[in-house]
Amino acid sequence: MSSDGDNDDFLYEDEYDDGFDQDEEIDIDSTSEPDVYDAMSPAIEEAPQKKPYDVSWKVKTLQEIIDMQNKEISKVQALLEVPSSSAAILLRHYVWNSEKLQEQFWNDPSQALEEAGLSPSSSPTARTTALPPSPTKRSNRSLRPGPSSLLKRTRSTQPTGPFECPICCMEYDYSSTYSMGCDHRFCKDCWIEYLSGKIKGEGESAKIQCMESGCKRIVREEVIDDLVTKDISKRYHNLLNAAFVADSPTLRWCPHPNCEYIIECSQAPTRMLNQLVPTVECKCGNDLCFGCGYAASHRPVLCRIVRLWEKKCADDSETANWLQANTKECSKCQSTIEKNGGCNHMTCKKCKYEFCWVCMGPWSEHGTSWYQCNRYDEKSGIDARDTQAKSRASLERYLHYFNRWANHEHSAKLDAEFYQKTEKKMEQMQNSGNLSWIEVQFAKQAVDAVIKARITLKWSYCMAFYLKRNNMTELFEDNQRDLERAVENLGYLLEQNISDTDSIAKLRQDITNQAAYVQKRHDILMDDTLRGYLERRWEFTVDT
Amino acid sequence: MSGLSTKRLMKELADIQSKGTPEGIILLSADSMEEWVFLISVLGEETIYKGETFALRMKFGNRYPIDVPEVTFLANEQYQPPLHPHVYSNGHICASILGNEWSPVLNAVAICITMQSMLASNKKKERPEGNDRYVRTAPSNPKLTRWHYDDDTV
Repeated sequence: MSSDGDNDDFLYEDEYDDGFDQDEEIDIDSTSEPDVYDAMSPAIEEAPQKKPYDVSWKVKTLQEIIDMQNKEISKVQALLEVPSSSAAILLRHYVWNSEKLQEQFWNDPSQALEEAGLSPSSSPTARTTALPPSPTKRSNRSLRPGPSSLLKRTRSTQPTGPFECPICCMEYDYSSTYSMGCDHRFCKDCWIEYLSGKIKGEGESAKIQCMESGCKRIVREEVIDDLVTKDISKRYHNLLNAAFVADSPTLRWCPHPNCEYIIECSQAPTRMLNQLVPTVECKCGNDLCFGCGYAASHRPVLCRIVRLWEKKCADDSETANWLQANTKECSKCQSTIEKNGGCNHMTCKKCKYEFCWVCMGPWSEHGTSWYQCNRYDEKSGIDARDTQAKSRASLERYLHYFNRWANHEHSAKLDAEFYQKTEKKMEQMQNSGNLSWIEVQFAKQAVDAVIKARITLKWSYCMAFYLKRNNMTELFEDNQRDLERAVENLGYLLEQNISDTDSIAKLRQDITNQAAYVQKRHDILMDDTLRGYLERRWEFTVDT
Repeated sequence: MSGLSTKRLMKELADIQSKGTPEGIILLSADSMEEWVFLISVLGEETIYKGETFALRMKFGNRYPIDVPEVTFLANEQYQPPLHPHVYSNGHICASILGNEWSPVLNAVAICITMQSMLASNKKKERPEGNDRYVRTAPSNPKLTRWHYDDDTV
């Protein structure tokens, strides 16, 4: 689906200028996932080339994100001849747009500094700030300048004697007080209380201002690090990093729990999201959408449509709850049946009636060219005579798509569970000596193909719900139907009892062939749909 | 940290007792170091609140003045909140000084002065948009409401 490589780097420069120097970065080539269809390598010999609808991306560690910031800071620091903490405050104020910062700064340096929350560099604090010796050593954990020179220095310039803190009204020696370049002096206890509250309580970082009313001066990193506890300082730097990632249109946190990687992608700016579905894979092994942060692939559906769909599903949760009930009745003998496998081909244990779980129609119709399970019969809606009937038809239309959407998700989960049960059996087969490890991998590969196809099918129903009825949509639904039928066949094969070693060779052949076919149908649907965006073939009932 | 708020409030109280409060602002009660009530009226002939008096209650947490106090106009049999586009009928106030523009150097009297001038600059007696909806669902502590400050003119 997507690949990444050095030869894609040129695209960064062309597509989107984010202000960071890509070419000097150490390339951590995220996705050693040259071919998502690797599992099916027997069926596909060559790795597919990068498609026009795919994007390149890199997976970054938190340290690399910190390095990115430090690099920008040192650059600005050298260019504008300001201390590094001032450079950091300026960059954050200009949302890391160093060109805009330089333009404003050279236009009117004192105004630029003041707007960013720094007094002009004639003030003593701004000039003499200690610089961390090496920016590369500044890690998330210990971003502290060696000596607390800043606090000591201000102390020496102040008169000795008692000082009454205007906040807590207690008397202090000057050594226990602190003021920034703005000369608003308070006791350190109040500073600590204030800074800790801002960081811990309110989650503020880059915009913490002086305590004086109306004073816009920003508190510097090293001042905060000097005053607050280690834990709070750590949280402060985490917040700064989070803000940096949130402010950058080319960065996104991996949304998966406990994953701390950051995805960098410059080919999926917001304006492209009406024709791209930028699915990327994090180093944690999970997919996400770079466009909207959805914690899985939602291809082939556009981010905006996914948002509409999710909102609709949440609004109609009552009916969704009703739909998700896991039991249905056999349409022939009325026995209650619980679906406990991923395949939609149901056989009633009691009366042996074979039917389709989704449409409840007889399975025999699905095996022939009269397979109509994927298509909602729009004609039934036309007959609606009054508003009530129309609204019922519209609900029914929604339920038709939602039912299939939810069903594929549910089935994908069941397939995965079923596979875990089968895995044990395969180990036994391996141990009994008839098959090698490599020979029993076919089942895993087939299950992977089924699950991936089901996720795509799931989203294809969301897509179909919003598509206008026209010839293109008919073609889309033809592809959808072909894939669905292939998946159901493969799902059925996978649920056969494979512990019988005599029939294993035949079953293995069937499953491998069917899995390759599922893969092929999947690729056709995906490729055609994603290309369709670039060719502006799809028309939706809502604005994209 | 209880020492922080107590010492500071004692000092504010001493200042009020020695220097008095600005005209139109009276400290009604300061029975404890947790809750004070001020009476506020708007001076002059121009004001639409002529002859009206409002009661402003402040609740101080032990992180005061680092944290902003909880400030509301009283709404009971005796006092009603002013009809003002930033004051809800339950007495909650939408004012930036009570949110992101709070500074620990400000004090109780400074809040009163701000409220007084907020009333003085108003020309039209009306409740905020969406008052009923807000009052129905509002938390009892207005500090738990996420305010959006969009109009600095009144």
